[in-house]
Amino acid sequence: MAGLPLFKHPLKDINRLIMHPSTLFFTLAILCAFSFWIGKRRALTIADGQIRNLHSLPGYYGYYATLWCAIPALTLLALWTGFESNIITALVIRGLPAELQHLPADHLNLMVNDIRNLVSGNIVSGEIDPAMRAAADHYQNLRQISQAALAVVALTLSILGTLLACRRIHKAQRARNGVERAIMLFLIGSSSIAIFTTIGIVLSVLFEAIRFFQAVPVGDFLFGLKWSPQMAIREDQVGSSGAFGAIPLFAGTLLISFIAMLVAAPVGLMAAIYLSEYASKKMRSITKPLLEILAGIPTVVYGFFAALVVAPFIRDSGSLLGLDVSSESALAAGLVMGVMIIPFVSSLSDDVINAVPQAMRDGSYGLGATRSETICQVIIPAALPGIVGGLLLAVSRAIGETMIVVMAAGLSANLTANPLQAVTTVTVQMVTLLVGDQEFDSPKTLAAFALGLMLFATTLILNMVALYVVRKYREQYE
Amino acid sequence: MNNRTDIRPGSTMERVNANLARRYAKERRFRRMGMGAIIISLLFLTLLFSSIISNGYSAFWQTSIQLEIHFKAETLDPDGSRDPGLLSAADYSSLVKGALRGIFPEVKKRKERRKLYALVSSGAAFRLRKMVMSNPDLIGSTARIWLPADDDVDMLVKGYIDRDKPEAERRMKDFQIAWLERLQREGRIEKRFNTTFFTAGDSREPELAGIYGAVMGSVFTLLITLALSFPIGVAAAIYLEEFAPVNRFTDFIEVNINNLAAVPSIVFGLLGLAVFINFFGLPRSVPLVGGLVLTLMTLPTIIITSRAALKSVPPSIREAALGIGASRMQTVFHHVLPQALPGMLTGAIIGMAQALGETAPLLMIGMVAFIVDIPAGMMDPATALPVQIYLWADSPERAFVERTSAAIMVLLTFLMAMNAVAVILRKRFEKRW
Repeated sequence: MAGLPLFKHPLKDINRLIMHPSTLFFTLAILCAFSFWIGKRRALTIADGQIRNLHSLPGYYGYYATLWCAIPALTLLALWTGFESNIITALVIRGLPAELQHLPADHLNLMVNDIRNLVSGNIVSGEIDPAMRAAADHYQNLRQISQAALAVVALTLSILGTLLACRRIHKAQRARNGVERAIMLFLIGSSSIAIFTTIGIVLSVLFEAIRFFQAVPVGDFLFGLKWSPQMAIREDQVGSSGAFGAIPLFAGTLLISFIAMLVAAPVGLMAAIYLSEYASKKMRSITKPLLEILAGIPTVVYGFFAALVVAPFIRDSGSLLGLDVSSESALAAGLVMGVMIIPFVSSLSDDVINAVPQAMRDGSYGLGATRSETICQVIIPAALPGIVGGLLLAVSRAIGETMIVVMAAGLSANLTANPLQAVTTVTVQMVTLLVGDQEFDSPKTLAAFALGLMLFATTLILNMVALYVVRKYREQYE
Repeated sequence: MNNRTDIRPGSTMERVNANLARRYAKERRFRRMGMGAIIISLLFLTLLFSSIISNGYSAFWQTSIQLEIHFKAETLDPDGSRDPGLLSAADYSSLVKGALRGIFPEVKKRKERRKLYALVSSGAAFRLRKMVMSNPDLIGSTARIWLPADDDVDMLVKGYIDRDKPEAERRMKDFQIAWLERLQREGRIEKRFNTTFFTAGDSREPELAGIYGAVMGSVFTLLITLALSFPIGVAAAIYLEEFAPVNRFTDFIEVNINNLAAVPSIVFGLLGLAVFINFFGLPRSVPLVGGLVLTLMTLPTIIITSRAALKSVPPSIREAALGIGASRMQTVFHHVLPQALPGMLTGAIIGMAQALGETAPLLMIGMVAFIVDIPAGMMDPATALPVQIYLWADSPERAFVERTSAAIMVLLTFLMAMNAVAVILRKRFEKRW
């Protein structure tokens, strides 16, 4: 705080150095193009204009210079933007008056938010006291300094890089090998992103879940029969201590997935059988794309359809029969989800049925079996592992499906096996817990991550088993 | 050949023949079941499309009411300065109210007047303001202007509000309906093409709500997704298909890719929330984070299709290039990649279509806020088209049902166009080696 007035004047000059990120990026791109040209020309000069004097084609020397120009600057840019706001926030907090610094963590967070809002000119939740105003100014100053410094350092780095590369260029230099090594690193890096994504998922879900399990015992979560994630805001509040028993959610998820599979498995399988064994080529060419349309429709559309058409229809026909059907019945969500999965099941089964060797069909026909007998007694047993694998993948899709259940299934966690009642699912609860404002230290929010962990683990195991089964089966006939 | 039926009683042939009719019947049954499965699926497809279209097509027309608006100088610009600040702060809704009072001078009671004013959308005043701001010469003149009607009027004119219901159960009172019928007789009510729907952001008022903001949000999100996932996906595919040695590491990568392809999309949303927003401190609700999350989600699709495209390039091309002295990198980038590119593009488009329809991960990272402004960049708060559909589907107003359906029609049109492009690309550039 004491140093604040000092910044007043130098800031005016610093302001001139601030570049909008896109301008900075654009300048860097121009510098890179320039470095390519310089590198190429430098190589040609060294070789006295004779390409055969060089180890690599002149373009590679250009690329070499470009790499030196771009990579250090871009790395810096990425790191800087990644950590800038955290570092500045830490500095601002340190600059706050002592009594504010010792506030509890969540108060401090709120205040930092207010300061940020002040900086960006948004509406602030509380009153603005002078200390916060000063902190906001401090924040603003630091950010301007950081932006200016970034522009200067990044551009200097890229120019230095180009110069260094040009100095290193000589006749026998293996520029192509260098460039190719860099490309190779990029290729390897890109393929490792899949690993990092998995690690990222596991870590992010696991960390928050562990924090959740510190507040709520694992046993209560896994085997509890009551789910009502409302937490008391005040200590003395009555009746909202929060219950995190996930059994009703698991049961609801299973119920809806089961209904979905009851629709999708027979229909999808029969459709696949008909298409691969009975249908003429022309009919196949028309029907398959139509089924694929069903697969391409976004789930939010299915959800809307379920809530608007299917659920009222089921409720009305239920009341005609004298049944008491909830307007958010598990049946409606399950039916529509089943339809969504039909093309998934049918295309996977189609693949495995087609992979059954023709010789097995011919053998069966030769013994006088009808087509349906061949299918039921030869082809399906032969394709069974593949079909089972496909069905397992379909189950994992159904368990992880979100939008249909968010829009058509209920919110109240009933523990019931009656498909006419409303149930809720794991994904529905994750969405309701995480949409809207949230604080990251309440078990209510963290519960979503615990549910996410369960969901991820379940689908992962299902996929692993399914992929293993399918692969094993493919090896048999290939 | 031998048509005579000289089958001995008790022989195998006889037993086979005795069962034949039953077996053929079973065969027919089985076949019909297969046919039935396909018919059920297609029936559902038509049901879905027809219900969406029949619910949604009417949203492309919006009921408007024609009013004689007198741009009174004393309300808009009392001191004649034409100062834009004063002009924009003037009371435009009083112009609308005045015009309505001019048509229905007999309405005197406060309560009834309020009902009368409610016939015209609250957005009418904004439209008048816009007109005056762009052309201040209007002040002092009188013009016949079509203004958007309130959503309840719109629903009534479109026939979604049942006039035969008891008055207490519908949102329009009898006297309001009488006013509307008079307006209709005077030719002051017309259904006009709903440009607002394509040019406005979200709004709490159905007649003012549009999809433009959501579409722009989707565009920015998809731009980031495409810019990141295509190069990274292609690079990963090239490495795995062309360079990767067979070892534990590459095996592990492949297992990961296959598993990621089947991880529920909502889990990617959790990842985005925990890593991009909490750890890196990126703001919530912005297309940048949405694009990053969707990138991770579509990467497996793009990698898998790109690998298939690379696989379909025959080895002879590689051998020829290597044979005349190209390095492995040159072989791949100069000869194999150009041949595989159409297939990769097809995969990228399919991946983008998938990303365009995705909702759940975007809910997790907060792209579900009520946002009126049209996003202008990657860092502006935004929603996406499917999220907008979700938000509208939750709104209680009847008029949002047709707008939701209309937004779905727009979304499906985009998706079909993308898939059509993918199919054409495949047909056009597919090579048979």
